[in-house]
Amino acid sequence: MKGELKELKLTVNGKPYEFKVKPQTLLVDLLRQELKLTGTKIGCLDSACGACTVHIDGKAVRSCSVLAMQANGRKVTTIEGVADGDKLHPIQEAMVEHGAIECGFCTPGMVMSSKALLDENPNPTREEIREAIQGNLCADEGYVKYIEAVEIAAEKMRGGQ
Amino acid sequence: MIADFEYFAPKTVEEALSLLSQYKEAKIIAGGQSLLVVLKQRLLTPEYLIDIKGISALDYINYDESKGLRVGALTLHRTIEKSPVIQKHFGVLSEMEKNLATIQTRNWGTIGGNLCHGDPAGDPASVLIALNANLKLASSAGERTISMEEFSKDYLEVDLKSGEMLIEIQVPTPPARTGTAYEKLMVMKGDMGIIGAAVSVTLSGKDGVCQDARIALGSAASIPLRAKEAEGKLMGKVLSDSLLIEAGEAAAAETDPPVDVHGSPEYRREMVKVFVRRVAQIALEKAKAA
Repeated sequence: MKGELKELKLTVNGKPYEFKVKPQTLLVDLLRQELKLTGTKIGCLDSACGACTVHIDGKAVRSCSVLAMQANGRKVTTIEGVADGDKLHPIQEAMVEHGAIECGFCTPGMVMSSKALLDENPNPTREEIREAIQGNLCADEGYVKYIEAVEIAAEKMRGGQ
Repeated sequence: MIADFEYFAPKTVEEALSLLSQYKEAKIIAGGQSLLVVLKQRLLTPEYLIDIKGISALDYINYDESKGLRVGALTLHRTIEKSPVIQKHFGVLSEMEKNLATIQTRNWGTIGGNLCHGDPAGDPASVLIALNANLKLASSAGERTISMEEFSKDYLEVDLKSGEMLIEIQVPTPPARTGTAYEKLMVMKGDMGIIGAAVSVTLSGKDGVCQDARIALGSAASIPLRAKEAEGKLMGKVLSDSLLIEAGEAAAAETDPPVDVHGSPEYRREMVKVFVRRVAQIALEKAKAA
């Protein structure tokens, strides 16, 4: 029936959840409104800016452009699931220390796109980093510091210092 | 924001086809990377939405030299981009995917969804026309095959009948000494092409004469446009730069480009000239090296 609520089961940041949702609910709205995980930002809601980037089964996607129902049975990771308690992920740490964060609105998306890259490719070239965050717009034009921060984080994660 | 609809998530093709025959007005969603934009704007307000994203049987890439390439309709853009088999035998498809939107979109969007959206700016359609690809469609009444070229009907309209869905993309193995290339004009990598050009050139083994040429243009008309006049300029000739310029001019004359914030029809026609010449040159070099 039209407007009928649908059952949705998914894992968010390692915890299993069950919901009843309207099928047109976007994943980003489920995360922000139902789970209050407001670290994931809404910039454009039109698949243009990348601020809403999260991982589904380890891959970076735009949560404004995925129906929550399409995440049924899957594992979602948001920016809140990246740090280890109070200990920032090396990517977050590098972005803070290197001054990559200006207004910070695009930062959660930048972290999620960079993390998807480094999870797959621990030693990316600069070009690969640029490609990975190509879908994340920074209104402060702060791309260079972000790219450098990902390089710093990658090196640290590989065990260098 | 998105209007109410009744939602179904079939797990098999049979189940999807049965739902499609039952709900004639249903809209299909795959990755939704195009459809959700349209639903949010309420350009479409379907009563029924059939979500086929979970049909894992349509996510595959098979290659056999005699049969060519077979790609399941729900294969992700990112999977095509990264496929070693596609990189080896159909490099142009992988290259095209690299600039199709962003990684996030390619990680969720499917090749079939892109084709069925019917946007003349879409990258895969032009490349698949140049590669002489066919599409396998299915309904509860049976299957049919249609060429990629015939599948496009008008702006955002494709030849999918009520109850039908796209199952598979079939790309024949190109003849020997064939080169295919694709490029588009974009402001930022991953943008929709302001115009796009896909060119395939087949040379004869002994004298290097162009035996076959296929040229398809994106954002140059209300459908991905096959530029047959331009192809005619190349057939039966030993290709020179002046011929490629002529082909570009012929192609531009065949277009009926849209006007939008990205460019006027006049600008697009000029760019068609530039891109047909440029891409044909790349295709020619690939054909010589093949």
